Amino acid sequence: MSTALLLSALVGGLANGAVYALVALGLTLIYGVLHIINFAHGSLLMLALYASWILWSALGVSPYVALVLLAPLFFALGYALQRWVIGPAGQGRDANVLLVTLGVSIVIDNLALAVFGPATRTVDIPLATSTIDLGVMYLPLPRLIAFVAALLLSGGLWLLLNRTDLGRAIRAVARESDAARLVGIRVAHIHAVTFGIGTASVAAAACLLLPSFYVSPDAGYAFVLVAFTVVVMGGMGSFPGALLAGLVIGVIESFSGLWFGPSLAPIGIYAAFALVLLFRPTGLFGARA
Amino acid sequence: MLLEVTGLAAGYGALPVLRDVTMAVGQGEIVAVLGANGAGKTTLNRVLSGLLRPRAGVIRFDETLITTANPEAIVSAGLIHVPEGRRIFARHTVEENLLLGAYRRGRTRRARNLARIYALFPRLSERRSQVAGSLSGGEQQMLAIGRGMMAEPRLMILDEPSLGLSPRLVDEMFDLVGSLAGDGTAILIVEQNVVRTLDLASRAYVLENGRIALQGEAATLARDPVLRQTYLGV
Ligand SMILES: Nc1ncnc2c1ncn2[C@@H]1O[C@H](COP(=O)(O)OP(=O)(O)O)[C@@H](O)[C@H]1O
Ligand SMILES: [Mg+2]
Repeated sequence: MSTALLLSALVGGLANGAVYALVALGLTLIYGVLHIINFAHGSLLMLALYASWILWSALGVSPYVALVLLAPLFFALGYALQRWVIGPAGQGRDANVLLVTLGVSIVIDNLALAVFGPATRTVDIPLATSTIDLGVMYLPLPRLIAFVAALLLSGGLWLLLNRTDLGRAIRAVARESDAARLVGIRVAHIHAVTFGIGTASVAAAACLLLPSFYVSPDAGYAFVLVAFTVVVMGGMGSFPGALLAGLVIGVIESFSGLWFGPSLAPIGIYAAFALVLLFRPTGLFGARA
Repeated sequence: MLLEVTGLAAGYGALPVLRDVTMAVGQGEIVAVLGANGAGKTTLNRVLSGLLRPRAGVIRFDETLITTANPEAIVSAGLIHVPEGRRIFARHTVEENLLLGAYRRGRTRRARNLARIYALFPRLSERRSQVAGSLSGGEQQMLAIGRGMMAEPRLMILDEPSLGLSPRLVDEMFDLVGSLAGDGTAILIVEQNVVRTLDLASRAYVLENGRIALQGEAATLARDPVLRQTYLGV
């Protein structure tokens, strides 16, 4: 096998992996702080893909521009969802919360099906077909943008969590919610803000994906399954873990596609997943049991 | 009176814990709450700081009704609860713990308070960028109290602050509480260390099965035969 082929598989894998990581970051953040598994994550990704597609098809707005608009909009959506739907309906019981997020996802999926029908839609922007010459390969420009943007957004989220008052409060709520209340942190508000940040990052992922992907009512599932794998592999709730696991899974998928053919590419992911769980049950960055 | 509690009742689910608790703490006063394990001391603290809603009764802080107020409003008013078991933020740095203590205060006051705490606790200053979970038990207790002081308390509730400390650190801790009160902060202290606590406090309440069984001047209670028998075994 030629070096060029291997290198291009590596670069392509890293580019995909960065987007997987971005989708997973919101999921792992929400799990780490609210201790809930958000089953609506994939549906919210799909909703953001449609929102971005509508902005392009109705107004000609490029998905990269739409990101600036949709991230805050989806922050507000996520905030409202947690503050006024999931939080009150869940009443702090895990089983309730699970069912509520599942219910939210069913509602969103069926709304999308009713409004848009089952057809697959894509955007057609000139940028989407440009490539850049890396010497060994031509990398489609959207994938380079997605890679760089995913890394920047992850770095931004890390700074937000570790270098700001809000981030300090979010981390306090995650581990010691009574003590957080006792210093005057409004826990319900911080929960909603966290859910909002997770939802905004999934909207950002959608805008970065759309130029090289498609949207249909079940588009979220293609990613969210991988995202769940990334979250568990990285260590539930771990940020650096999700980033690393996302990149690793992207590369593994790309290489196993090269060797076993594209239709069998996921096999590599699940084999690696099983190995990680076998040897490090709490994930790459999870606390040791 | 700074804190006035009248006819308070509270519990968890179907379980009643506190019954008809009436008590008060004056400006700058040190008041002790004593009682066996399970008497309801921590439950009382949780109700006072808004973590648990009372079933009946009235709580006033500085003439304002706070019976159903949220914890953040109670913190803003200056009633600060340093919880049992310290509950520091173990993965945050020492400095982040202190900054979180002043979450409801503006940036300039935060910086001023931080300097004051570091001057008072040089060991916390030395370890300011270390994660709090790596501190010793005594340092963690100092951090918990320091975090409470960051909020500029008018009344500080301390729930078993000497628990798990070496005798030397217990001395330090009681001295610290005395000097806090000397600076005008009222203290409501829950303790197992009955002798030291009655020595420090001006008045005390004894909780038994969620009711106030005894109350009075600390010096008088220290000589009370029933109390001595129950808590000191003499
Ligand atoms: N979260 C809780 N849920 C149910 N019961 C509790 C809870 N916390 C305390 N209790 C019960 O309330 C009673 C009083 O407990 P607590 O206030 O912690 O007592 P103390 O601080 O005086 O040791 C005990 O019987 C205890 O088992
Ligand atoms: Mg207790």
